[in-house]
Amino acid sequence: MANPASKQKPITADTFLRGLWEENPVFVMLLGLCPALAVTNSAINAIGMGGATTFVLLGSSALVSLLRKLIPKQVRIASYIVIIATFVTIVDYAIHALSLELYNALGAFIQLIVVNCVILGRAESFASKHRLTKSLVNALGVGVGFTFALLCLGSVREILGSGTLFGFPLFGDSYQPWVVMILPPGGFFVTGAWLLLFAWLKERKQRKVTQEKETVHAPG
Amino acid sequence: MHPDDLSFIFLNAFIINNFVLAYFLGLCPFLGVSGKLNTAWNMGLATTFVMFVSSLCAYGLNQLLVQYHLEFLRLISYIAVIASAVQLVEMIVKKTSPALFRALGIFLPLITTNCAILGLALFQTFKEYSFVQSLVYSIGAGAGFTLALMLMAGLRTRMDLADVPAISRGAALSFMLAGLLSLTFMGFAGLGTH
Repeated sequence: MANPASKQKPITADTFLRGLWEENPVFVMLLGLCPALAVTNSAINAIGMGGATTFVLLGSSALVSLLRKLIPKQVRIASYIVIIATFVTIVDYAIHALSLELYNALGAFIQLIVVNCVILGRAESFASKHRLTKSLVNALGVGVGFTFALLCLGSVREILGSGTLFGFPLFGDSYQPWVVMILPPGGFFVTGAWLLLFAWLKERKQRKVTQEKETVHAPG
Repeated sequence: MHPDDLSFIFLNAFIINNFVLAYFLGLCPFLGVSGKLNTAWNMGLATTFVMFVSSLCAYGLNQLLVQYHLEFLRLISYIAVIASAVQLVEMIVKKTSPALFRALGIFLPLITTNCAILGLALFQTFKEYSFVQSLVYSIGAGAGFTLALMLMAGLRTRMDLADVPAISRGAALSFMLAGLLSLTFMGFAGLGTH
C-alpha cells in the first residue's frame, strides 16, 4: 500500500508533466514500443493510435484507482489486465464504428493495446496508489506524452517515406520518396535517430551544468 | 507454394514476416534480454513454448466463443489463457533451473505482456487457420522470435567491443542494429510466392 505522505501530496504541474517529458514512455522509459513502431507509418495513424491508447489509459487508471482498496494484492495484475482488456474492447468497437479506414490501417494493433506495458505500468505503479483525480491527471500526461512520441515518429516517417504530412503533399512531384522509411526498417532507424538526438541534448545539458559548477567553484 | 500450405505458413512466420523484425511484436524482450546469447536462447525457448500452448488454447476458445456468439469476449479470454500459460512456464523454470530463473528475471512474468503472443493468437483467428495450421504458425513464430533474439544477442556482444560514440551506446545503437537486421530480412519478401 502507498505510504500516507504521498497520498496527501497535492496535484502539481509535475504530476502531468513528468509523464509528458521527463519520463516520456517511449523515448525515455522505452515502453510501449511495439505500437509506437508498428503503426507510425503516417502521422494520422500515429494520432489515432495515441488517442486510443490515451483513452484506455484514462479509463483503466480511473477504474483501478477507484477499486484500489477492493482488489486483493495477490490477483491485482490479473484484475488490471481484465480492466484494461475491457476498455480496449470498447475502443476496438468504437473505432470500427467511427472510422473503418483507421480501423483497417491499425488492424490488430488496436486489440494489442492490452499488452502495451505503458498502461499496465501506470496501473501498477501509480493508479493503484493514488486518488482518482491525481491518477487521471497523471494518466493524461502519460497519454499525451505517448501520443507526442508517436507523432514525432509518424510525421518524420511520413515526410521522408511518402513526401506528405497528414496526407498533404509537401515537396511536389519531383520528390523521390524514401520508401524504406514507411517499411519496418524505417521504424527502427527513425526511433534510433530520435533516441540519439535526445541522448545528445541530455549530454549537452549535463555538460553545461558541470561547466557552470566549475566556474562557480573556480574563484573560491 | 500455396499460402495455406503448412510449409509456407511456417516459413512465413519464421522469416518472411518475422514477428519481431516485420511486425514489431515482442520488442521489449527483444531489446531487454538480448545481452547474452545463452539467455537469449532460453528466453526464445520459453516464449516459443508459451506461444505453442496459447495458440492451442486460443484455437479451442475461439471455436467455443464463435459457437455461442460471444466474440466480444475474445480479447479478455485470450489474455487470461496467456497469463495462465506464462504462470505454468514460470513454475516449470523455477523448479527445473533456478539459475535460468534468475537470469530471465522480470522478463519471465513479462512474457504475459509480450505482444508477440497475443498477436499470434489474434492473427491466427483473423486468418482463420485450422487447428494444425495454427500450431505450425505458432512454432514458426516462436522459431522466428528465437532467431531474431539470438541474431541480436550476437550482434550486441560484438558491439560491446566496438568503438562507438558514447551517446549512441545503449538503446539508440540497438535500434540501428535492429533496423539493419530488419532491412536484411526484407530480402526474404516474396520467398515461396511463385
